[in-house]
Amino acid sequence: MLSERFDIAIVGAGVVGCAIARRLTLDGAKVIVFEKALDVLDGASKGNSAILHTGFDAPIGSLEQICVARGYAEYLEIANSLTLPILKSGAMVLAWNDEQAERLPELVKKAHENGVLDSAMLSKEDILRREPHLSKSVVSGFEVPGEYIIDPWSSAHAYLLQAMANGAQLCRGTEVLGGLFDSGEWTLKTSKTPINATHVINCAGLYGDVVDERLINKKSFTITPRKGQFVVFDKSSSALTSSIILPVPTEKTKGVVICRTIFGNLLVGPTAEDQASRVDASTDRESLQNLVAKGSEMIPGLADSEITATYAGLRPASEFQDYQVNNWSELNYVTVGGIRSTGLSSALGIARHVSELIDTKVYSGKPIVDPAIPKADRLSHYHSRDWEEVDNGGIVCHCEWVTRREIKRVMDGPIPPSSLEGLKRRTRVCMGRCQGFYCTAELAKITNGRFDLPLSIKHE
Amino acid sequence: MNKLSETSTRSCSVAVVGGGPAGLALAAELKRLGVNDVVVLEREAHAGGIPRHCGHYPFGVREFGRLLKGPDYARKNVKTALDLGVEIRLETTVTSLHPNGRLSLSTPTGREELKVDRVVLCTGVRESSRAQRLISGDRPLGIMSTGALQSLVYLQGIQPFKNPVILGSELVSFSSIDTCRHLGMRPVAMIEEQNRIVTHRILQTYLVVRGVPLFVSAKSLKIVGRGRVEAIEFIDAHGDLKRLETDGVIISGRFRPEAALLQHSHLDVDPGSGGPVIDQFGRCSDPSYYSAGNLLRPAETAGWCWREGVATAKWITEDLVEQGKKASVEDVKLTILDPAIQFILPQRLSLSKRVGGMDKMQIGLKQPSSGVLQASINDNCIWSARIKGHPVRRIQKPLTEVLKKESGANVKFTIRRDL
Repeated sequence: MLSERFDIAIVGAGVVGCAIARRLTLDGAKVIVFEKALDVLDGASKGNSAILHTGFDAPIGSLEQICVARGYAEYLEIANSLTLPILKSGAMVLAWNDEQAERLPELVKKAHENGVLDSAMLSKEDILRREPHLSKSVVSGFEVPGEYIIDPWSSAHAYLLQAMANGAQLCRGTEVLGGLFDSGEWTLKTSKTPINATHVINCAGLYGDVVDERLINKKSFTITPRKGQFVVFDKSSSALTSSIILPVPTEKTKGVVICRTIFGNLLVGPTAEDQASRVDASTDRESLQNLVAKGSEMIPGLADSEITATYAGLRPASEFQDYQVNNWSELNYVTVGGIRSTGLSSALGIARHVSELIDTKVYSGKPIVDPAIPKADRLSHYHSRDWEEVDNGGIVCHCEWVTRREIKRVMDGPIPPSSLEGLKRRTRVCMGRCQGFYCTAELAKITNGRFDLPLSIKHE
Repeated sequence: MNKLSETSTRSCSVAVVGGGPAGLALAAELKRLGVNDVVVLEREAHAGGIPRHCGHYPFGVREFGRLLKGPDYARKNVKTALDLGVEIRLETTVTSLHPNGRLSLSTPTGREELKVDRVVLCTGVRESSRAQRLISGDRPLGIMSTGALQSLVYLQGIQPFKNPVILGSELVSFSSIDTCRHLGMRPVAMIEEQNRIVTHRILQTYLVVRGVPLFVSAKSLKIVGRGRVEAIEFIDAHGDLKRLETDGVIISGRFRPEAALLQHSHLDVDPGSGGPVIDQFGRCSDPSYYSAGNLLRPAETAGWCWREGVATAKWITEDLVEQGKKASVEDVKLTILDPAIQFILPQRLSLSKRVGGMDKMQIGLKQPSSGVLQASINDNCIWSARIKGHPVRRIQKPLTEVLKKESGANVKFTIRRDL
């Protein structure tokens, strides 16, 4: 057993777990984060549409709406100091038939009630003047100027880095197998060493219901993973739209979105496929072709665009519309579950909400007035990058212009990648047009002996 | 953050972007022809290009009269260029192309600007990725192009898997078998989505020799695996679901020009070839830019690119002597009106000088075709020739005839098919 005791044990290092770790650490808690995967952000957080939403379309008065609004505000507040990638692109919700067009006024009204006051109707002419590459078949729409594109990976990573820079601990490759709550103290059994903590926060995402059953033997919701597949188009296609193009949402999904990525590409997706598996994030050709076709209906120029990458993410949807944040105060246990699709926007807001649920008297430290701020390379096509600087060591990844120094900083950083996959997400290597054709061998050399899952099968 | 490096400016006569077979041969030939300042800008830490990691024969027979392996061939090209006085700048990435021969560079010491009389784009080709082919399934470790495999094996001595499957059946797919064998890897199958191997049928015997089963007409390919590749599933030619246990997938072939720089530049791009629009002298839409080698079209042999580089060097030298007089507005377009034709190279003809450039045009097909290729101006056929061929094969036809009869209007190409 780790001799140390912790105020807070967080189960799951997804975007929500990372944001809560940061918040509670800054509040003065001694925090430990458990992640069963070999790397952080390995579940629901690794594949999404990378948009910072205003929450204009969230159910009014829902916890989701409150958390998205608070999360959005805090993201804008800390983006600069934490060098988070961010680009204000604005969104347009577009109707492609009369039936959809009829719903627009009601959606604008909802946006206003949700505090998104700059949302306003747009005529077909307004829309086409702003985005001339859109299909002329667009009927009407409204704008949401405050929507941003961000990088899901480096934001969440930055939250955790700041938590760690201020004292939090991370245990990767460590699954929480069970626990005992006795006299105000949890003893958690893990796949490594057991630990003691006063509070447990379940942020297990796709396994939220499983962890609840394991630790408190309750089943207040069931996760049904919803897969979303995406197609990433070549950077030369990013000129096709500057705004985020959103469809009129349905009950189940926000629908197929077209937007630039912070890395200078153009993204189309997601699909929405309910499935039983919590791990199957496979893509299939037919769905991807459908996405390309759907995208091309809205922006005809996409039909001739080159594809750079495809991926799928799993959203931890539950049977409920709203987030499932349950405070089992008699057990010193909080469940943060069913964060179905807006987790990236709301994570910082959820963290605020959770922080208000817990009695800060249990914290062993005081709120940190002047917290350490870790510096990270800002992975943004729209900001200056290391290849423009002196002594960068030379470019290693020629598609995304990732320098040797950027790779080194990550490899020597506090949360080094455990595999090529992790290095890709942290630096963008192999994520561009050639998908590793040119730089794989050089990366193998640089990372030799440093990965849990090495490129070589004969690795010692 | 570090202080932004101060942008320095240098200039020279000709800058060659890319130090592969075409770029090095072209630069060396420019020196032979008496051009003063020739610099090769190579983004890797070593020049030589793709042959650097092709640890197999045959390279160099026509160029050097010797049978060489790729790495030796690459070294020989580098040495020849250096001996002739070519400056090769390594780890130097061209980040953007500007009109009139101005280049932005990134180097380990920061940003730089370069102004030259002529730029030659020789950035070569790469294979299409798994994503570009929309191959279904998981994303485990162990999926890579032949290029990545070759560089792992021959440059780093790294074995990424034991028993991979090879997707694709082009020449490079067959060469990946040898790359595997170099470190004792044994491919378990070659899988092709089309109903026959893409390259010459005769090569099927090589699969028999090497004991690699071939599956053609494979549908619904799916890669399976969590950490590393575990299996590949597909519907075989008989309609049965097949599952092969494997620990790697080599995604081979379907070359495409490495045209990222072009796509973000002011130069015209041919969507058919994926490379720049050129005239019969290899000159791009901005007359201070030329191109040679596999950037022009996917994909020819190293030897072909080498010879293309040498030929283009001559045209550039003449252009430098004539101070760009050849560059005139008097250009005609070669237009493709047949859906079976992928590209025709060159895409433009310069009429101010009708002798001295390419004597043959190259034709790429999208689908197997057989018939009569016709060139017409205003619906009058000015030239025709029999054509019979497959995609990814070399097809050439004389250009001189077309040039001779060209009248100043655009030329349209069609195929009249055999019945």
